[in-house]
Parts: sequence; structure tokens; C-alpha cells
Amino acid sequence: MRDGSLEHLKREGRIVVVGASLAGLRAAETMREKGFAGSLTMIGDEPYEPYDRPPLSKQVLLGNAVADHTALPRRRAIDADWRLGVPATGLDMAARRVRLGNGDEVEYDRLLIATGVRARPWPNAEEGALQGVFVLRTRDDGEGLQRALAAGPRRVLVIGAGFTGSEIASACRERGLDVTVAERGEAPLVGALGGVIGEVAAGMHRENGVDLRTGVMVTSLESDPSGRVRAAHLSDGSTVEAEVVVVSLGAQRNTEWLAGSGLGAGPRGIACDAGCRAFDVRGIVTDDIYVAGDVARSPHALFGYQFLSLEHWGNAVAQADTAAHNMLSESTDRRPHLWVPAFWSSQFGVNIKSVGVPPMGTEIMITQGSLAERRFAAVYGYQGRMIAAVTFDNCRWLPFYEQQIESTAPFPPPFSTVDRRSDGIKPLPADFPDPSVPTHGPTITLSGYSPADRKMTFTPGR
Amino acid sequence: MRLVVDLNRCQGYAQCAFLAPDVFAMHGDESLLYNPNADPEQREDVLRAVAACPVQAILLEITDEDMAKMAAPQAVAGAGSASGGAR
Amino acid sequence: MTQAILREIIAYANRANPYPLYEELRKTPVSQDGDGPYVVSTYYEIHSLLHDPRISSDAKNLKATGDDPLGSQSDEEGTTLPPSFLKLDPPDHDRLRRMTNRPFGPPHAPHRVHDMRDELGGLVTGLIDGIVETGQLDRIDLVDQFAYPFPVTVICRLLGVPREDEPRFHVWAETLAASLDPDPDADPTQHGKGSMDARMELGMYLAGLIEERRKKPGDDMLSQLATADGPDGAMTTMEALSTSALLLIAGHETTVNLITNGMLTLLRHPDVLQRLRDDPDLAVPIVEELLRYEPPVQLLPQRTTLSDVEVAGVTIPKGASVWLMLASGNRDPKRFEDPDRFDPDRKDIQHLGLGSGIHSCFGAPLARQEAQLALSELARRLENPRLLEDPPQYRQNAVLRGPRHLPIACDGIRP
Repeated sequence: MRDGSLEHLKREGRIVVVGASLAGLRAAETMREKGFAGSLTMIGDEPYEPYDRPPLSKQVLLGNAVADHTALPRRRAIDADWRLGVPATGLDMAARRVRLGNGDEVEYDRLLIATGVRARPWPNAEEGALQGVFVLRTRDDGEGLQRALAAGPRRVLVIGAGFTGSEIASACRERGLDVTVAERGEAPLVGALGGVIGEVAAGMHRENGVDLRTGVMVTSLESDPSGRVRAAHLSDGSTVEAEVVVVSLGAQRNTEWLAGSGLGAGPRGIACDAGCRAFDVRGIVTDDIYVAGDVARSPHALFGYQFLSLEHWGNAVAQADTAAHNMLSESTDRRPHLWVPAFWSSQFGVNIKSVGVPPMGTEIMITQGSLAERRFAAVYGYQGRMIAAVTFDNCRWLPFYEQQIESTAPFPPPFSTVDRRSDGIKPLPADFPDPSVPTHGPTITLSGYSPADRKMTFTPGR
Repeated sequence: MRLVVDLNRCQGYAQCAFLAPDVFAMHGDESLLYNPNADPEQREDVLRAVAACPVQAILLEITDEDMAKMAAPQAVAGAGSASGGAR
Repeated sequence: MTQAILREIIAYANRANPYPLYEELRKTPVSQDGDGPYVVSTYYEIHSLLHDPRISSDAKNLKATGDDPLGSQSDEEGTTLPPSFLKLDPPDHDRLRRMTNRPFGPPHAPHRVHDMRDELGGLVTGLIDGIVETGQLDRIDLVDQFAYPFPVTVICRLLGVPREDEPRFHVWAETLAASLDPDPDADPTQHGKGSMDARMELGMYLAGLIEERRKKPGDDMLSQLATADGPDGAMTTMEALSTSALLLIAGHETTVNLITNGMLTLLRHPDVLQRLRDDPDLAVPIVEELLRYEPPVQLLPQRTTLSDVEVAGVTIPKGASVWLMLASGNRDPKRFEDPDRFDPDRKDIQHLGLGSGIHSCFGAPLARQEAQLALSELARRLENPRLLEDPPQYRQNAVLRGPRHLPIACDGIRP
């Protein structure tokens, strides 16, 4: 029905974006690009304008960039009313109002939720508050950790060897700091890329002088009398003395503020349809509330329409763009969010990139290069089709594998390739652990088919 | 100048690191590290890097503050924003 | 077996303006004529094949030589120098390219190319001053007087090859550049012969230089290639020879054409030339658009399938020869709006002018800087430049396409 309401919205409507980071900013820019001339309110709990997070665990920790100099470039001016440093604390869906931490209320005609995730804190709050204990998610976290590393601690302990934990360990080694990494799984990155690749990652840690401890949990942190952390106790009975401890246990979705609102939000994110419209708790899609970025979980056609949550930079950008487009479109002009998951990590001088959903894979085959040289391309198989690929310093081939995944190509791949080695003669078990095993959270979470699903499968190591 | 590189698009061709080596650096064979807040003095080099990127992955914003800082305030192509279209 | 398409691509009659032929080709994105190679002419198909690991650059993977015009080429290299990384697959390609990059670019030599700007600027100034000194402004050959000597001098200095030896290697370089063109009519034994001899002689010449540099290394790339010992070990003498031969030839044959095609295009678009004169920074987008509009490397005629590969509904069988028509992809209207328009303001210009994927142009940043400086200085200094012949006389080469001479005149030359 084209009843003119869309034109009215575009001309003088009120759009509120909760979450002033990458997804929120890019969505706002797209809305303005599409001619939205109404009022735009950007709400963010951090007091900073949108900034880029990936440099925080790389350039910033290496001292090559400053944490408060990572503000995102703008594609265009967005002429917004910025409410920064104020968290959203509640949502009244019937009245179309967002409540803020300072008591203000903001009314909307369309709402975009892009509140993202936060670092999972150390489960023991008292220990987590000790001086020298860090998480790494925000600009302030990055600044604090950078200063702590620059002070030259005798040893750094990183708890959790996911991408962030591994990047932190890499930066420490590059700065010449002794570092211990404690990981509950059998290898670094095992939750995201499986055991075959995890073993390669473990080799990178060890070869670069990281004291890598796998299959262990940190059971407690110990402080000195002044309230500074001095040691960690591990489940194998050992103790690691460290002046800096970085807790890198994955992320938690920022959805608590929606509790009781009636929106389909829970610990695994906010369920939305392929067009980014949020579901309510009854599994009915809303008309005026949209979701984008790390906090969203949405069904993906390429992966059996399972709900996926993606903690990926590229997903935030792409989903924000789709959400913004759909917020300002008639229903027939809406687009689905069909982005093929993709991410990168840079650690120990190696460029790791992936497309697709590796944790869905049951088998893996090294199609190019060699694991031993840490230069290779590998594909993951699931029920006879190619579901994901990963490259180590071989990223120029990745677009090919992305095409293969998009066209549901068979696995094992029936073709030969350049640089096929003995590693790539036949598929191997991909060797993903039970998702609850690794200390680090996976950056892709598959969460079944129900929009109302609120189960938590991941529990942090204790 | 504010910079962000879409590292999903980046394929390590290193054109930026050749042409603006004080802003972009290769870390190993393929990883790119860059200063997200490059000095306005680097403007010429950075514009060359943005144009040369074979996958057009660099998004650059020259802010009003940068314009004020530049010694010779030449008109910047576009309205202060040379977009690399990071998508 | 007619191979009419190949004849058309190679035909000299199409050299001055091959683009109507490419437009015809694009009507069939993947075409095969008789039992000749598969010719791929559309942007997305070329782009995806450049990233396709089922495509080899190693001529050893060609199934049958037979009537294939490239058949003779694989032998040619076997008996003289080993193939350069241009004609190798990973892991050898990657290893040699990494080793070659070590003294050339980041991460190990991040400032080398950047810091050549002043030196490049000095060379450009000197060459244009040289034109002034001839006193003959009514007939300047922009190729012989500028576009050729500039990149030759640059690559000689970079490599550490004496500039005064240019007359010696010039002939070999010309022969080798021409040998990139497949020739369906040549006697296979004779076609390879000329380039084989040239390669041999160039190799012997470079061997002498490398021998000297091993004894007395300088800060040039020949010395560094000959003596380096990084994580990949050292290059063998044969590898160092074929690599330096590649750099010497590719380092100037392509850039000559980029600069000449560039000046020709600017003279055909006086409005753009005027804008460049007013704003030298415009050279940056101009060079990118040139790499799309008139790329110095028109096609890659040396790829082979390792498996059956389906492209645009056509199955290219394993072991087939594949030609990637870069210059045609650059004019594909499905990728570029109004593709036959030269438009330096074009956004989203991801051209194929320097290739893509692992074999993308090694010297790209140097070529960019050379062309940017050359064009902005020519635009600034030449007063009222004009073409004396349009189209100019082209070189025979179809692959490395460009004018043999570019006669121009101007009213004066600014200091």
C-alpha cells in the first residue's frame, strides 16, 4: 500500500538509532543518502563519536596508533542529534519511546537497534576489578591496556585464545613482553576455525615465544596487598605470575535494556528477519523496529535459514546498509541481508581471512599451500557442500572460494588447483570442539530456527 | 585525516604502503596496519594511496580541522571527503 | 581450424583502435574458434578467472601444443633461462615474488619507491629540457625523446644496469616484448628461435653484471637479489637471472606505453589536459582511468586450466589455453558506465589494467609514480601541444600495445 506514509516519514519522520558505533553510523549515513530529511537521533553509551574497534587490538597495542584517534571517517554529514555518554535503558514499543539513563525519553517513528556487544567480564567481579586486569572492547580499554603494556610488565597473562586474545598475545611479543596465554580448548582459534587450523595457530604462538597453555582454565586471580593483580591460578594446579591480565572470553550482547519490552531480545541477541526487522517475543515481526550489527541474529538463506549472529566488522557495515534501506522502503522494495560472513585477523605477522561459516563444517581440506608453511587456503565441508574457507597469507584466492560457497559447490572440491600439496590429498575432520569448551567465544554463533530462542549454549570457563 | 580500510576487501596489494609509507605499513606479507588518524601533511600521499587501491577499500575523510591545519589550504576534490566507498 | 578471432586480435589493422573488435568479442564472453584458445572478454569473468586457483600460469600445464600458437613458447624457456615468476604458479611464484619484493617494497623496503619521487622528477625535468635544447618544437617524437628514455633510465638505476648499455639490451627487450604476442602463422621452430636467442643473450649479459655485484655489491636491486639471504633463502643464479630479466623488460616496455597512451589520450581530450595543467594532482585519477581506458597490457595470453572450468555457461576443458582480454574487460558496459568515455572523475574504478590476483603487476606503484609525474609535467610545460598524426604509428605488438612514435608539436616549453 502506498498511502504516502513513507513519503511523510522521509520528509519529517523521527528516526532513532540506539548504538553509536560502526553499524549505527553507517546506517545513519545510508538513511541520509537515501534522502531521509527528518530528525535523526544517535544514542550511544560511550561518550565518544563512532570509532573503529579493530585497531584497538593491533595498531593501538603496538603503539602505532592512539586509541582516541580511531574515530571513523564519515561517508557524508548526517546532521544528527547526538546523545553520547548516555545508555538507553528501556523501550516502550506501544508508545514508540526509548528511555535513556538520564531519565530522558526519545520518541521514534522508526527505531534501529545497533547496541552491539561488550566484552565478557571476568566472572568474579572482585577479581575482575583488580588493578592490572583488563578486557579489550572499547577505546578506554585499549588506551588503558596500551599504557599498561608500555610500562613494561614482567609478564602478561591473556585468558582466552580467540582472535582478540591471540592478537593481544601477538602485540605483546612484538613489544618484547613475556606473555602467557591460557585457553580452555585444545588450541587457539579452535572455536572459530576448528582443531586442524587451531594446531597451526598454536604453532604460531609457540614459535613466537608465547607461553601457550591449552586445556586449562584460570580458576582465580590473586592480588597483592595494594589491590594489584600479581598471579593467576590455573586448573592444572600451576600458578602464573603476571602484572597484567587480559580477560578475553568473547562477548556478551547488549540486550539487557530491552528486558520486559516485548521485543525478541535475549542473551544471544535480537532476532530479526532477513530484512532486519526485529521480532517480538511472540515471534511476530515488527514494522518499525530494525536491528543491525553484532547484536542482531538473523536467518541466512545460504546456511539453511538458521539464525546467525556475526561479530564481524563487514557484517555491521552491510547489515546497517540493508536495515537503513529497508527502513525507508515500501515492503516490496526491501532487500534481504545476504552478506556472506567474512572476517580477518592479523597476528604474528600472518593474515588470516575467512568466508562462510567455518563452525558449520565437519570436514576440512587444504586445497592450496601447506599448513607447515602457514601459507594455505582450506575449505570446510558440510553435508557434501562447501560451507566456508579460510586462508593464511593467501587471501587473493578467497574471492574464488566465496563464489564457490555462494553457489553451494560440492565438497570435497572435485577440481585440482595450483599449489596442491600432500596436505590436500583428502579431507580431514575439521575437529570443532563442543561450543561450550573453548574459553573464547566464537565470532559466529548459529542459534537454530526459532526467532524466540533464548537458550544460552555458551558458558564461560570457571 | 580519518581513515578506515575495509580489510575484508583488502587483498594485500600494498599499493597504499608503497605510496604512503608513513601511514600504511605491511605487517608480514599480507597484513595491513595503518594509522587511522593520519597527519594532514600526509594528504598528497594518502590521496595517491586511496586512488591506487585496486579494491577501493580505503575510506578517507578530510575534516574541517585538517583543512584548517594544512599550511597551503588548497581546495580538496569533493567536499572535503574522498570516499573509497568502503562497503 | 581457422582461429579467426586470434588473427583479428593480432592483426595489425586493429592496433590503433582494437576496441570495436573487443565489443564484438564481448557478445560471446567466452569464445573458442576452431581448436584455438578460449578467449574471455567480459569484466566479471576475467576478474573471477584471475582469482581462480584452477587456472595456471605455468605453460607446462598446457595439454596439447599442436596448433596452439603458444605451443612453441614453453620450449623456448626450458633451454635457456628458467621461467620467471610471471610464468610460474605458487609456491615457486610466491617465493620468488616475495624475494624480489624484499629489496623493492614493504614490509622490508617500505620507502624505496616513495623516495624515488624526487629522482623521477629530476629525470622528467632533464628530458623535457633536452627537448628544449633540440630547438625543434615543430616535430617532437614523444616516444623516442621522452616516454622511452624515462622508464628505461629509471629501471636501469633501480636494478643497477648501466644506462649506457641500453643500445645492447634494447634489441633483446624489443624481441622479447614482441614474443609475448602469439603468432598463429609462424613456423613454430622459428617463432621461438628469435626470442630464445634474445633471452640467452640478455641472460648472459645480466650474468656478467650479477657476477660483478656479487663481488662488489651496491645498493641496487641486482646486488640485493644476488646477495640476499632472507627467510626464503637465496635465489639460485638462474632464478636471479630470469627475475632480473623480467624486471628489466617489464620495467620499461609497459611504462613507455602507459605514458605514450596517456599523452595521446590527453591530446585527444584537451579539456582534461587543461584541467591537469591547472591541477597537477589530477594526474592521480587520470592515470587510474588510463589504466582502464588504454591499458599498456591488453591481454594475458598464457593461462591454462588445471580442471574443467565453467565460465559464463561455457566449460573450458582441462589443459586448455585461456586468453584473458584485460582491455576488453575494462570497456565492459556491465561493469563501467559509458565505458568508451575517458573520464578521470569516474568513481569506483577497479580496472584490470594492472591485472588482479597473485600475478597483479609487480611494478605497479613505480609505474603509477612515473606516469603521474610524466603526464603532469608534460601538461604543465608544453605550450599548446598538438598531435601531428592521429592515429600515430603503432608498434606491432598486440599484447604490449602502444604507439611506436608519437609526433607532436608545441609552441613553446615553459621552464
